[in-house]
Amino acid sequence: MTAAAIAVSGLRKAYKDKVVLDGIDFEVRAGTVFSLLGPNGAGKTTTVNVLTTLMKADGGTIRVAGHDIATEAKAVRAAIGVTGQFAAVDELLTGQENLQLMADLNRAVTGDGKRIVADLLERFELTAAAGKPAATYSGGMRRKLDLAMTLVGNPQIIFLDEPTTGLDPRSRRTMWEIIRGLVADGVTVFLTTQYLEEADQLADRIAVLDAGRLVAQGTADELKRQIPGTHIRLRFSTAAELDAAARVLTDATRDDEALALRVPSDGGTKSLRALLDRLDEYSLSAEECSVHTPDLDDVFLALTGHTTEVDAK
Amino acid sequence: MSKSHALVMLRRNFKHIARNPTSVFNAVLMPIIIMLMFVYMFGDAFSVGVDYIDYATPGLILLAVCYGLGGTATAVNSDMTKGIINRFKVMDVSRGAVLTGHVIASVLTNVIAIAALVGVAFALGFSPAANLAQWLGVAGMVVLLGFAAGWLTVALGLSAKSPETAGMAAVPLVMLPFFSSAIVPAEKMGPGLRQFAEYQPFTPIIETMRGLLNGTPDTTATIVAVSWCAAIALAGYLWASSTFKKRA
Repeated sequence: MTAAAIAVSGLRKAYKDKVVLDGIDFEVRAGTVFSLLGPNGAGKTTTVNVLTTLMKADGGTIRVAGHDIATEAKAVRAAIGVTGQFAAVDELLTGQENLQLMADLNRAVTGDGKRIVADLLERFELTAAAGKPAATYSGGMRRKLDLAMTLVGNPQIIFLDEPTTGLDPRSRRTMWEIIRGLVADGVTVFLTTQYLEEADQLADRIAVLDAGRLVAQGTADELKRQIPGTHIRLRFSTAAELDAAARVLTDATRDDEALALRVPSDGGTKSLRALLDRLDEYSLSAEECSVHTPDLDDVFLALTGHTTEVDAK
Repeated sequence: MSKSHALVMLRRNFKHIARNPTSVFNAVLMPIIIMLMFVYMFGDAFSVGVDYIDYATPGLILLAVCYGLGGTATAVNSDMTKGIINRFKVMDVSRGAVLTGHVIASVLTNVIAIAALVGVAFALGFSPAANLAQWLGVAGMVVLLGFAAGWLTVALGLSAKSPETAGMAAVPLVMLPFFSSAIVPAEKMGPGLRQFAEYQPFTPIIETMRGLLNGTPDTTATIVAVSWCAAIALAGYLWASSTFKKRA
């Protein structure tokens, strides 16, 4: 309990009569990465807004960095750093001026903060662009600048609301490296994402949010045990072929509606060849064959019985 | 730390104004262009009893205050909609500094625009009879008006959905001077419009400045003008503060 950087119990929030968060509980240990996973409209941003003092909760007790967010908002703000869903950089200021602005406003920064600004520019590889207005930066550079601004004053707890949404794969990996670096420095990270892979890559603990409720919580491995693993999907053209194949591949699960079989596999070429050989042996052929790795949809299907589409508003 | 957050914000707002040619154009050049237009093109067509430049300058001063407001509304709104205000709100930043910074930047823009305008007016033959104390009175009126209109504009900017609608929301403030005694005396207007011009807040403000510049202060107008400004400032401040707190 004492090592909890964030402790949330019974958090409720509604807009007018629409319930957005319906009593959620979780705890984040100091120095770990906690990921809130969920589709659009699940309530991820609302959770971040409440935890970062932007919005008031309708119910529940929340402590961040040991302070009650309702009564000690100022102390909470001094301890946290927040990077919102959309890069909140000042477009008319240069990268360097944006960071300097944060240094000037941060009470934890003593002196003129020039050293801090230069170090952050260096660390985020923005030194070359430091003198250009942020309006000219690419999406990835803006996110980096945004995160660098959040780090001014070395906050103990950092909130990242979908830090890689809309980024290209390369920028996403760079962002992951940066986040790993933060954790190595002992920072606690609260991260929201709609990508299972991202949570899997970064988080020590993952909580799955669905329509304002936490439907599962645990380590990535614990969650994966609850959801179907990698499998090969075989689709046949007739029901007769499906029946024949199902008799041969006894460990497969049938999807009669789609005329498909789901065969557990590690997705490697060896097991794929073995599967195809076995089909050949019985002169069976599938119309379509695809290797399927679990994604957020599978998690949702397994945990809630419906896909993300239904909930996305 | 003795770092003043309001000062940091003010410096930021000034960089914005300096880097945004449109806002400089609207705030400083537009009033001068309008002055040249009215004095050279229309001035001879109006008979107001005195030199037209002497009649129109106080009204144009007010117009210059209003032209600066569009930029303020847009700037405040883009801070709000682009997440900058949220960024400040989750930091341990003095709550008032963000808005105060905008209001002070707005007032200072007004002062610069009006200094330029009055300079041009002198070049066009403006010959006021005011003494030093009366000039100070004019300056005080300008600052008070800028302050009141600034808070109202900040509130408009915070409440608007997008920078475009924020710019539009400030348009009535830009148009209002034309329906006052700024350009022509209210008694020369048609019925309805005349009553509106007589009772809207800008007319007593203009009459106050006109009186001071002519060396004949109008006490009644001054009291009405100061009361209007105080009321507008208070309403704007309360509206802005509550919107700032609520909107995330």
